[in-house]
Formats: sequence, C-alpha cells, structure tokens
Amino acid sequence: MELQARVPDGPIAEKWDKHRFDMKLVNPSNKRKYEIIVVGSGLAGASAAATLGELGYLVKCFTYHDSPRRAHSIAAQGGINAAKNYQSDGDSVFRLFYDTVKGGDFRSREANVYRLAQVSLNIIDQCVAQGVPFAREYGGLLANRSFGGAQVSRTFYARGQTGQQLLLGAYQALERQIVARTVTMYPRTEMLDVIVIDGQARGIVVRDLVTGAISSHVADAVVLGTGGYSNVFFLSTNAKACNVTASWRAYKRGAAFANPCFTQIHPTCIPQSGHYQSKLTLMSESLRNDGRIWAPKKQGDTRAANDIPEDERDYYLERIYPSFGNLSPRDVSSRRAKEMVDKGHGVGPERNGVYLDFRDAIQRLGQATIAERYGNLFDMYKQITGENPYDVPMRIYPAPHYAMGGLWVDYNLMSTLPGLFVIGEANFSDHGANRLGASALMQGLADGYFVLPYTIGHYLAGNKFHPVATDDTECRNADHEATVLTKKLLDVNGTKPVDVFHRQLGKLIWERCGMARNADGLKKALAEIPRIREEFWRDVRVLGSGTELNQELEKAGRVADFLEFAEVLCLDALERDESCGGHFREEHETADGEAKRDDERFAHVAAWEYTGPSSAPKRHVEPLVFDNVKLATRSYK
Amino acid sequence: MRLTLHVWRQTHATAGGRFERYEVPDANEHMSFLEMLDVLNGRLIEQGKEPIAFEHDCREGICGSCGMVINGRPHGPVQRVTACQLHMRSFTDGDEIWLEPWRSAAFPVLKDLVVDRSALDRIIQAGGYISIRTGAAPDANAVPVPKRNAEQSMDAAACIGCGACVAACPNGSAMLFTAAKISHLGLLPQGQPERFSRVLAMVERMDAEGFGNCTNHGSCEAACPKGISLDFIARLNRDLIRATLGKGMEVAAG
Repeated sequence: MELQARVPDGPIAEKWDKHRFDMKLVNPSNKRKYEIIVVGSGLAGASAAATLGELGYLVKCFTYHDSPRRAHSIAAQGGINAAKNYQSDGDSVFRLFYDTVKGGDFRSREANVYRLAQVSLNIIDQCVAQGVPFAREYGGLLANRSFGGAQVSRTFYARGQTGQQLLLGAYQALERQIVARTVTMYPRTEMLDVIVIDGQARGIVVRDLVTGAISSHVADAVVLGTGGYSNVFFLSTNAKACNVTASWRAYKRGAAFANPCFTQIHPTCIPQSGHYQSKLTLMSESLRNDGRIWAPKKQGDTRAANDIPEDERDYYLERIYPSFGNLSPRDVSSRRAKEMVDKGHGVGPERNGVYLDFRDAIQRLGQATIAERYGNLFDMYKQITGENPYDVPMRIYPAPHYAMGGLWVDYNLMSTLPGLFVIGEANFSDHGANRLGASALMQGLADGYFVLPYTIGHYLAGNKFHPVATDDTECRNADHEATVLTKKLLDVNGTKPVDVFHRQLGKLIWERCGMARNADGLKKALAEIPRIREEFWRDVRVLGSGTELNQELEKAGRVADFLEFAEVLCLDALERDESCGGHFREEHETADGEAKRDDERFAHVAAWEYTGPSSAPKRHVEPLVFDNVKLATRSYK
Repeated sequence: MRLTLHVWRQTHATAGGRFERYEVPDANEHMSFLEMLDVLNGRLIEQGKEPIAFEHDCREGICGSCGMVINGRPHGPVQRVTACQLHMRSFTDGDEIWLEPWRSAAFPVLKDLVVDRSALDRIIQAGGYISIRTGAAPDANAVPVPKRNAEQSMDAAACIGCGACVAACPNGSAMLFTAAKISHLGLLPQGQPERFSRVLAMVERMDAEGFGNCTNHGSCEAACPKGISLDFIARLNRDLIRATLGKGMEVAAG
C-alpha cells in the first residue's frame, strides 16, 4: 500500500486554484451517465449529495435515520468558523490556516488545511443564501463570537443551534434534489459493506432496517460521510447510533485507517450522574466566552459553590494560560480539568467536575443578555441536572466528543481504495491531533459543497468503468457475507444484552486510552479487548429475527465492529510514542505538564492497513512537511 | 421509585396492537426517561422477552427522533421538553405511566412506539427550501437582515420535526410544522422570490399526505418541545390567502 497524498505543486495559496484548473471535467450532458453513492446525510453527506445531484450526477443517498435531518451534525451547538474578517480584528485565510495547523499540534496536512480556510468564505455565503438564520447585529449584518484556540472573533452562529440550522440548510437542498429526481434517498437503510470490483469501489451492501432485507447497490464511485467513532467509549457526546461500521468495513476492504488515536475529549460536558447513564451531554464551548472555569483551592471542599469566597477559588485556566485563559484549546482545557479532579479538587455529588461560572458575566451584562446568547443551553443544563445555572455555576467535566482520526484520504479526499471518497468527520485530514471549536461544521460543509464535487469529477473523467450489476459475483459474495454475519449475531443466543459488552469496552478504553495514556495501560487494553470480544460472540443475546425492525440487532452489529476497531485504536496510541494534541502519553510531558511532541520521529500520519482476520494490521507512514507554518511548541500562555 | 408502565406493543405496521404492563421497581430520579426504558429493556432481554422499540438518537432534544405519548401528552408532562430530556424527577413513586406511539393517520406505526414520519419530509420536498445553486451565492453581508426578522426566523427554524404537533392535534394537522418552515424562510429576504409559490405547494402537499385541517385548537403549541408559536400559523394563513387570491405573487415585503 502506498500513501500518495497527491498535493499539487506551487505556493500554498495557489495550490487549490491551480488544481481546479488541472483537474479533468465531466461534460454536463455526460454527468447523468455516472452514478454516485453517498452514505450518510449529515453536513458532509447531505451537502455532497445535494451538490452532486445539482451538477447532474445520478446520486443515491443512504442513511440509517428515518430522515436525513436527524444526522448528528444537528447537535453541534456553538458555531462555524470562517475567515471573513467581518470584525476587522486581524483575521485572514492565512490566520485561520495557521490557527488550525497549530491547534492540531502540527499533525495535519498543510495543503488540506489551507484549502479549508479558503473555502470557509464560500460556506457562509452559501448558508446565508439558503436561509440559515445566523445571529445578526442591529444593523443587520452578521454577528461573530470567539472560540477556543483563536484570538480573533470568526465564529458565525445561530443561537446554540448552529449545527441544526446548517444541517437543515443542507437537508433542504437535498430534499430539493430528491424532488428533482437527481437524488434517490434511502432512509432507514444501513451500509454493511463496500463492494470492490477490479480494485475499484463500485457499490455497497445495505440492510433495510424496517424489512431486514439485505441488498446491494452499484455505482461508479462511493462517498462515505459516516461520521466519527467516539462511541467506542460508550459514554460520549455522540448520538446513540453513531458508529464506526461503515469506516471499519471499508477498512477491511482496503481503505487505510489514519491516526485512530487522535480522539477529542471535549472539556465542557455535564459530569456522569450514575451507572445507568446512557450518554453524556455537551455544553457548548461558546459558553467559555462568558463563563469562568474554576475549582476550589482546598482539596475535598464540600461547601456549595456560592459559599466559597473569591480568594479560595482557583481560576486555573486563567492562572496557567493568561493569554488564552478560559478560551484555551480543548485538549489543554480537558487535561487541566482532569488534573484538578485527580488532585481532589473535584466538585458535585460525585466530586467529578469543575465549575463553569456565569456570576461575573451576569453581573456585567445582565441576565437577559446571557439568556439571549445561551438560553437554550442553560435550559438544557437545568433540565438534566435539576440545577439553575443562572443561580449556581454549571458543573462540567471532559467527555469523548470527536474523532480527528478516520479513513486516510489524499488531497482529492479519496481513500487508498480507488473510487472510495471519505468526507467530514469520517476522514482524518484537517484537524491533526486536536480540532479547534467550530471547525467541524466548517470541514463537513467544505468537503461536501466545495471540494468533493470537483475532485470526484476528476476521478470519474479520468477512469474507465466497466458496467457492473448487482448479480455480479462480487456483489453476491458481499451480500452473502453480510447475511451470514447478521445470522451469526442472532444465533449466539447467549445471556447478556449488547449494551453490557459495549459498556465494558467503553470503560476499558476510557481508562486506558482516554485523556491520558501510557504504554503499560495500552498493552493491558490490547490484552483485554480480545477477551471482551470473545465473550461477546459467546454470550450476547439478540432476540427477534433479521426480517423485521430489530434495534438490538442493529446495535449488535455496530458493537461487534467497535470490538475490532478498539484494537487498532490502542495499537496506534501505543506506537505513537509521543504526546501531541488530544493524544497525551504520560511518558512524554514537559516540565509544566504540557504535551511533548517528538517531531524527529513522529511528524507523520500513521495509516493502518488491514491484512486479514488473524494477522496484525500494518502501519504505514505519510511524512508531514511544514513549509508555511514553523514547527514550534504550542503555547497558549 | 417504583413505577408501573403500560406500553403499546405492536409487531409491525399491519398487526393489531395492545398495551402490556411492566413493573420498574428501581427507577431513580436522576435517570432520564429513556434511560429508565433502557434499564427495563435490558431486563426484558435477560428474561427472553423482546425489548420495547422506540426511536431516539441524540438524547439532547435536538435531532427530533424521539417522541412518544406519555400519559396522553406528546413528550410527557413537562412543557418544552422532548421525551429524551425528560427526567424521572418529574414522576413520583407509585406512578402508573401509559406509553403510546404518535397517533395520526399520516404516521403509520412501524413497531411498538416507532412511527413513519416521512410525510413531513415530503412536505419539505414540496417547497421548504430556497432554490439556489451551490457556489452561486453573493457575499453573506451583501443583504442586511433586520435583527428582529432574523430572530423571528430563528424562532420558527428551531422546529425539530419530531411530529408532536401532529400527535397533539385533535385533527392530526401538520399546520404548526408547515407554518414553521414557511415562516422561517418567509421572514428572510432570501426567501422572498418563492414565498407565495412555496406556501401553496407545501399546504397542498400537507393535505395530500392525509393530515387534518387546522381549527385553531392550539394543542400543537402546548405540546411543541421547542415552543413554536401559533402566530406562525396565522402568518401562513395570511400568505396563503394572498397567494390564493393571486396577489403578491411577485416579490412582496412584510
């Protein structure tokens, strides 16, 4: 396997323009002769499917939800970055590029990030034209807020529901193409495999989640916009159905998996309240614009927050990082919160959180202004915890939130499997070892609206496609394998529900491969995962049949894949013997507790190749070259 | 706390359904309502009984997947809260809880508490969008939008498409859902060119999908977890009258 990044030559600011000219085009009247499968209908998938349909391709779009509007992009709260510089505060395409590369701790590909910063401008234009009701100033122009890891105000937002509004924009564009019949939508349909014919991705195998029917669909190219794998931790901020299945099955068919150990633990989530907990809830990073994070100076302080006097509070982010303070990046903020709790400064009934306090902001701006900015988030917090954050500080603690790692893609967003494109969170390319806030929405829409529609045309125009049909041997085989796997899950007929195994796996990965990792713990996890997997296949109980709506069966298939994927996650974390961004190896920290990179040995992308069910995956390396941003120690002090 | 649940069980769309009784002896006030159902389902599986099918995903009140009628009220007893954000502290020891799927001719039951809401997608397909090409947009600040309009538009756009309004309506009408989209787009300058053709097409589609008529009952607003206002229905009706009379087919403000 070769990792060819295919980054165009020339100065970084001209690469994308030059590449757009160099790429082959598909004649408008020929576009309807090409079929493209898009899996997933979140920001990346829906925007890609809508744009490809509009261009004239024949698109089939698949989602396991009942409607494309339910994808988890909808839950993104805080905002979307763009280098518009509407605030005239010194922003530029280069600064957004610089902040993103630095924020990612120098583990992303410069050329991809620069292009992302460039098209960020188009995204905001596009969304406003679609009717996304962004926040505005009294003069009618767009408002901005600040986000972590940046010293300019470049985040556009729609209250605390930015992801919802952007997704509805993409969803509406998609629905418009569905009625125009350029896109055929397959809701309640889950992808189970990629069909490879003559070395090209030519289709997928799916299960109809209502009837249970397993069938194949063929096309000239396949696009995965299937999201991230944070649910490997069981407890995460991801929606319950988010899973690694599409990416994992593609990996087993030849797509390399890059940097799986780059997982983001978000600093501001509501702490766990009990053993029955089914997921964790994020409180938007935007709250850190006005909220101040603190913990009691005294260990084991059981006083109520409002009874702790000012001089006994440790505003530790402001103390350690005076320049960025409460807006320090996510990886740094999460680690510091863990440190406070580990040292006995935790708050709340379980002593498992720190405070996010709005007292000063409410005094300064008034409750009405705070309510206008964050009202829905405050309501949500109150509903979940029973506490009123206008009166007492919120309690927060880090939780798994986002996967920077994902399937490896080249500059054209194509994986190592020709014809298989990967967009949005499902690919690895733009965020390095840590993603900055408000950049996920930007990347999903950049890929879907403005990058993939160009690059996929280049692939289609430059390759020959033999006609294929769903009764070809490769399709029938893949179909058969999916059917056998489904039956196997139903046939175990053990004693324990799927969730028991998922919780067990999640706890192990959180402890061994969570916010802090070390070689010893990772080796223990690698020994333990096969044991849980073996028990799963011996003792899981999935009731009902495969020919009906069966939610336990859906869950079982996803957890089976997490049980395999977790090994590559831990292996990658073990092999990357340095600390960078969200990947914190306890063996590698600076004297003041920051992540210590090893650029000599690890300034590269690690991409894992599947080599079969009983052999270890193979690690490949794509060296990262930094011509435009100087490799430096990240400092937010 | 100890609870008794009566849950609607139905194996598939054309099967008959019935209530089944379940005991939950150990619910905890900090659990979410869906976590209480998770615990019950885990126990049912261990006993060899099929778990209760219900839809859910984000569990943060925004994806719109969840929804069930809890003691006769869509999303349960707390106003402006989805079923997934409902917590057991809203119930008391010894409560009996009746769980049903959304009841509407336009939402066939697929299994237990899961219904088919694709009719709502088809209403959007009829015109719930602004017809622009990707990449053809002018600069985002080229057209100022009065803050008040943007805020009102956002109030309407907050709809999560859960269908509680339909389930709450004695007529099974989808007027609040449709009005929310009409208003979200119609309050913005970008939505003006298609404003009147949109309202005609969406209302026609809504009727064709088998939703009932609106008689200003107001149950929809009370049941809406996002507090979408009835005022938007009035706005839809104004636009519909203007469109039907053939006036204002050209771009009109206000």
